[in-house]
Amino acid sequence: MQSGLRPLGRERFWLGVLLLPTIIGLIFGALGSIVATTGLSFLKWDLISPASWNGLDNLLGSFQDDLFLRSIRVTFTFSAMYVPGVIVFSLLVALLLNRQLRGVSIFRTLYFLPSVTSAIAVGLVWSWIYANDNGLLNRLLQSFGLEPVNWLSTRNALTSIVIVNVWGAIGEGAVIFLAGLQAVPREYYEAAQVDGASEWQQFWRITLPLITPSIFFQAIITTTNAFQAFEYVYVLTRSANGSSQIPTMVYSIWQNGFRWFNMGAASAQALVLAALIFAMTGFYFWLQRRWVVYE
Amino acid sequence: MGLRARRTVFDFLTYTCLILGALIMVGPFVWMVSTAFKTPAAQYSRSLMPDPATWENFQTLWTKLPFATLMVNSFKVALLSTAGQLITCAMGAFVFAVVRFRGREVLFLALLATLMFPPQITLVPNFIIFKAIGLIGTQAPLWVPAFWGGAFGTFLLRQFFLTIPSDLAEAARVDGASLFQIFWKVYLPLAKPALAALAIFTFLWSWNDLLRPLIFLPTDLNQTTLTVGLSLFQTQYGGKWTILMAGALVSMLPMVIVFFLAQRQFIAGIAMSGVKK
Repeated sequence: MQSGLRPLGRERFWLGVLLLPTIIGLIFGALGSIVATTGLSFLKWDLISPASWNGLDNLLGSFQDDLFLRSIRVTFTFSAMYVPGVIVFSLLVALLLNRQLRGVSIFRTLYFLPSVTSAIAVGLVWSWIYANDNGLLNRLLQSFGLEPVNWLSTRNALTSIVIVNVWGAIGEGAVIFLAGLQAVPREYYEAAQVDGASEWQQFWRITLPLITPSIFFQAIITTTNAFQAFEYVYVLTRSANGSSQIPTMVYSIWQNGFRWFNMGAASAQALVLAALIFAMTGFYFWLQRRWVVYE
Repeated sequence: MGLRARRTVFDFLTYTCLILGALIMVGPFVWMVSTAFKTPAAQYSRSLMPDPATWENFQTLWTKLPFATLMVNSFKVALLSTAGQLITCAMGAFVFAVVRFRGREVLFLALLATLMFPPQITLVPNFIIFKAIGLIGTQAPLWVPAFWGGAFGTFLLRQFFLTIPSDLAEAARVDGASLFQIFWKVYLPLAKPALAALAIFTFLWSWNDLLRPLIFLPTDLNQTTLTVGLSLFQTQYGGKWTILMAGALVSMLPMVIVFFLAQRQFIAGIAMSGVKK
């Protein structure tokens, strides 16, 4: 049985008005876009000459396209470093902040700063930090008498980009973990202390199991973000012709769709992206039944 | 070691780690500020204090570069987006929380289902629609979609509306208020905290967004937003770090100010939703 007010007579009109934006959004936003993107993925269309039927060639062709295959590899490698990186570091920061020492809230503010600034503003500083000549990191290395490193070379770029992304995500992650940590009942720790459990044991036996819901939540969020990575790759690694030596999937979609205007290929790749995010989320929910502890 | 001594050691280690972490987190920003006030000739100086300190770079932004126009464009797009989200998400949220009608559950589930799809899926279809109606090259594609409601904002406000006792709506009903009046006069004024949180997030996302402006306004410095403008300067002024850092600093200042003023809402909002676009 539904609760709520039933619209009377002319109020049906107002009901329609209030719902209109949401319905338009469903049609032109995500739901309609899924249908449209699926349809477009069968076409060969550059928006100038008329569209022609391309069948499954866009989708199948994507899996023979070197750029797209590379972008899938890059995206998975990126996630494999980024997701654990964010979880470990933001949990560590949250544990430190949770000790609630005097003046600790200032650190929360400082750690959160990258979360409110744009990737391009922050990326400009990082492009200098990583620069080859007169880059800040290399100058630091040289002042210790070490050899300079080419941080954004094809070999190192992905790791360097992951570092920036993790750096930018720690503040938010810590806030989520902090909420989880503060929900753990104090009595558990008091009881453990009475039994003589060390801090180390308390962490492994009480804290960690009880914040597995936060870890699970955080894993889904960061994985979804990792699969949509684009901005720092764009800011830090694009070359003069707009390509990157470490293209992510969104990077490949952007290049195909909006630099080369291959609408069909971009749509097919967007579908693959959605499917992979779907599969990863499903995988986490499967994992969740095995290790997430709910009180 | 006694309990007390151990605690002191622990506290000391905690502060040490937090301070080291803070250096890494804030270091790039400190360097940005420092460089923005250096003269171009002194950009590679190792000193943190600019000597001599200068406003030259900021003057360059305003006089030689269309920085003011970019700021205005970003403000316009972000304000329109925020207005659009507040109005349309509140409308939808009110209906889903308060009004009884057939198909409500199905429609709400359909809306929530959209959260599972990456937003990039809308890029190609939106581009084609906006091209078909001749709006490519204008700012409209950046803010019009904000007037389409959306799962995140609607869900956030609906959860808040559900906490408002339904007696209020029924009492207003008895007094002869229409559905729209109940929405406008009873529910909206009570939802100010939730509306504030949504406003902050929408403004932030819009202000910092790079991908959409890059797609819809990639090169037109008179129309495009700050983020795309900065990426164009990055190519044009490569190696001129004092100007680039001044630009980066000015571009992030509005959000940093809002953050310091509304820190509580920010952090509560993140903890509540855990969602950032």
